[in-house]
Amino acid sequence: MAADNILQRVAEIIIDELKLEDLTPVTFDPDMDLVDELGIDSMDLTTVVLVLQDEYGITIDEDDYPRLSTLRLIAEYIEGKLKE
Amino acid sequence: MKTVSSLLDSEWYDRYKKISKLNIRSSIYDVTNKCNLRCKGCFFFSSDEHKVAEEEMDIQKWEAFIDREKERGVNLAILIGGEPTLYLDRVEAFYRRIPTYCATNGIIKLPRDRFPDLMVGISLWGDEEDEKLLRGKDTFAISSKNYQGDKYTYYLYTITPKQVGKTERIIQRIRNAGLKVHMQLLSNDESVEGFNWDDANLQAIRDEMDEMLDRYPDTVISSKYYHRIITTGEMLGRRFGWQECPSITESFDNRKNPKRLIHFIRWASDLKTMHRCCTSETRDCGICKDGAAHMSWVMVNKKAHMQTAEDLQNWIEVYEMFAKLYKFIPW
Ligand code: SF4
Ligand code: SF4
Repeated sequence: MAADNILQRVAEIIIDELKLEDLTPVTFDPDMDLVDELGIDSMDLTTVVLVLQDEYGITIDEDDYPRLSTLRLIAEYIEGKLKE
Repeated sequence: MKTVSSLLDSEWYDRYKKISKLNIRSSIYDVTNKCNLRCKGCFFFSSDEHKVAEEEMDIQKWEAFIDREKERGVNLAILIGGEPTLYLDRVEAFYRRIPTYCATNGIIKLPRDRFPDLMVGISLWGDEEDEKLLRGKDTFAISSKNYQGDKYTYYLYTITPKQVGKTERIIQRIRNAGLKVHMQLLSNDESVEGFNWDDANLQAIRDEMDEMLDRYPDTVISSKYYHRIITTGEMLGRRFGWQECPSITESFDNRKNPKRLIHFIRWASDLKTMHRCCTSETRDCGICKDGAAHMSWVMVNKKAHMQTAEDLQNWIEVYEMFAKLYKFIPW
């Protein structure tokens, strides 16, 4: 399970970057599919990834984008990268 | 909060899920600077883009270049020219490596034993009269024989202002040849007299395109929302043009946070030079009618279409149309 603070911070970043005014880190369902439910597209994801890379000092390969389909999966992915 | 499933019923939601993760990343390639026609209004020759770079002749350099493009994440190679079929080895180099679409005037038949399922789009400019005037010959007479009944081919029917009231016969001829058709509008890059659009003929052709889609749904690959966007140049209260265009080569894009095609580049045939956008370098963006650019404009603006069910359904129809035209989903 991803650490709660990563989950919270990723939620904030997605909300800020994609201007999702009607969501808060608390109401953001970590298992909601970002593409199939929230309607984000690959450009949106690229925007978010750039910020996450800066924030956590990690590299996120474009081939990994399909795995980043929910808030929780993104947080777990970051956690894994930080442990590497 | 507006989520996709809260806006759509289950049928539309299923359609959405079939396209939502396609993640299409296209780039455009000038396969050659040569053509076996010289159409009046051809964006490539009229802007002298055929002179900006010397064509790469070494096929191994093409192969290495395409491998690099694949690594860059391109998953749709759109081949234009000049006339790509003049260099089948280059077309084949793409086809063997990346999902590929080939635009052609249809004069030369692509051998299907070599390219069994390559998606082919044949250009057609109006009717016989327009074709003879603008392209020097009735290309349909040749291309329809070459590609009759071919299941991976469609006509890219560029409608001219003179076609208002005449499109149905063309659609029927295409249907009778066992092919599909997608419609777009002439941009008249060489200002040929009598071929300019005005508000009245744009409205008339929009109504006619809608009617053709209703009458020939198995032949016409299109959507009414696309017809609206291409004839009005407006989408959700925004106006198409340089500031909104999604199909600008990445390195030419000096705009702040544009909604655009990711990593899009239009490459010249020297494999080094890049062109400004998917169409003529010299075209005035204010009057650009490029069909693919308008389609992509809708596609990159998904979130803006998440205000109402109707907006999102419009977005889905345009995305489906694009995905069909480039063989990401079946007709
Ligand atoms: S066939 Fe196509 S590339 Fe050739 S001159 Fe006509 S528009 Fe241009
Ligand atoms: S000419 Fe058309 S496709 Fe090219 S940049 Fe302008 S609007 Fe975009």
